[in-house]
Amino acid sequence: MPQVVEGSLAVKADFPIFARQIGGRRLVYLDSGATSQKPQSVIDAQAEHLRSHNANVHRGVYALAQEADAAYDQARRKVASFVGGQPQTTIFTKNVTEAINLVAYSWGRANVGAGDAVLITQMEHHANLVPWQMLCRERSAELRYLEVDERGELSLEALDRELARGDVKLVAFAHVSNVLGTINPVAEMTARIRAAGALSLVDGAQAVPQMSVDLQALGADFYGWTGHKALGPTGVGVLHGREELLEQMEPFLTGGDMIASVDFQSVSWNELPYKFEAGTPPIAEAVGLGAAVDYLTALGMERVRAHERSLTTYMLARLAEVPGLRVVGPPEPDRRGGLASFTIEGIHPHDVAELADRGGVCIRAGHHCAQPLMRCLGVGATARASVGVYNDAADIDALVEALLAGREIFEL
Amino acid sequence: MDDLYRDYILEHYKRPRNFGELAPHDLEALEHNPLCGDELGVHIRVKDGRIEDLRFHGHGCAISQASASIASEELKGMDLERAGELDADWMIELLGIPVSATRRKCALLNLKAVRGAVTGDNAWPS
Repeated sequence: MPQVVEGSLAVKADFPIFARQIGGRRLVYLDSGATSQKPQSVIDAQAEHLRSHNANVHRGVYALAQEADAAYDQARRKVASFVGGQPQTTIFTKNVTEAINLVAYSWGRANVGAGDAVLITQMEHHANLVPWQMLCRERSAELRYLEVDERGELSLEALDRELARGDVKLVAFAHVSNVLGTINPVAEMTARIRAAGALSLVDGAQAVPQMSVDLQALGADFYGWTGHKALGPTGVGVLHGREELLEQMEPFLTGGDMIASVDFQSVSWNELPYKFEAGTPPIAEAVGLGAAVDYLTALGMERVRAHERSLTTYMLARLAEVPGLRVVGPPEPDRRGGLASFTIEGIHPHDVAELADRGGVCIRAGHHCAQPLMRCLGVGATARASVGVYNDAADIDALVEALLAGREIFEL
Repeated sequence: MDDLYRDYILEHYKRPRNFGELAPHDLEALEHNPLCGDELGVHIRVKDGRIEDLRFHGHGCAISQASASIASEELKGMDLERAGELDADWMIELLGIPVSATRRKCALLNLKAVRGAVTGDNAWPS
């Protein structure tokens, strides 16, 4: 009888991929930090849209086009309301990378110049690092980093010190670290940033899938996330922005759909959010994401968070049974999201992932697109197990068994 | 026995041959595997058109470390011109294990460094 972790969900059956086997074993998927699996309802919603309602959005006068318009608009309303946002300030992008690039180009290039600084943190994913590096290089601005302490956390005092220097125009940071799992104190940080007259951008890619996110309470000027980590399809991400900022900003990508009118030598922009959605948007993907947030809403995000916390507690306890295994990031499950990055003495993380795969367990190994953080941690790479709503204690047990078997193979 | 992690692969991983730095050396290169952040460098001392001695340094997985260790024993004494012409098949055959597409770069990282040091061409071996 497998162990059942108190407070955990039991929804694996909603996800058809778990009916399949890989190499004669059941699929144990512990890589939701990279991308989530999809419930049947999301797959169905996307397929049904393509099967029955497919047309391009905007400007179609025929009934089918109006159905597509309605479906796309409804998806936007659902997605906005899921995180306490407004439809007109909820922009569909390709992913969170594009959402961050949009701000770095449209806001950054108009507002950051020589003598200014952009502040990010040492725990950022390359998606929330490289766009700022490019911006600062181009504008002769300074890119500075908030340090991550030995617990894998940021210091509010260090943030205050940086802001007191008076040159910070924007602070960009992850809501939840994709490597450490650290849940950053977003509301405390954005309050300080706002008081210092700077703007805040939060990368919510890892947070939205696993905890209740209320944009009003968090207080960020920009908040980006991606659909495919939140049970939705790939190809659709989201940027929420403060309305007056979005109104002032020039568009990022230009072309069709984002204009009000075009003359031979001049153009005027469409209203929000369309100003930032050039070209045909990811319509079926947005519809799929709408179904994903419906699914998560039905589960209840408080229950989802409780599930992630209890499984992570169980995972940290079980991983401690593996000799030589060291977990990075905050030790308390209350302060971290549903993942554990770790190293095992004597086995390179790449081999750890390969050995886990021997037991049918999917985990990721590498630098997790956070090479500067890896240098801070003093490791070249880590292995990372991350949980989703569909995981259970038996999945964690399978991981631990595979790791113990791997140590045997390596004769440790 | 495991297909990939054979005894001799693990033996080379745990006790790699010709690892460290070589001072002085005539040729060198440092290569990275963008997939995992691993890095592998090589120092080569040349005498009479041959690799008189070489050392690898850096960090990586069992496949990349064993691959460098096994190759180093073959490379010592090899004609420089021949070393510059070695291809991916040479390395994979020498390694003697089934290398999946995702682990191919692990296996070839050392040869990339050697070819880079010898020929100045740091393309992935084909």
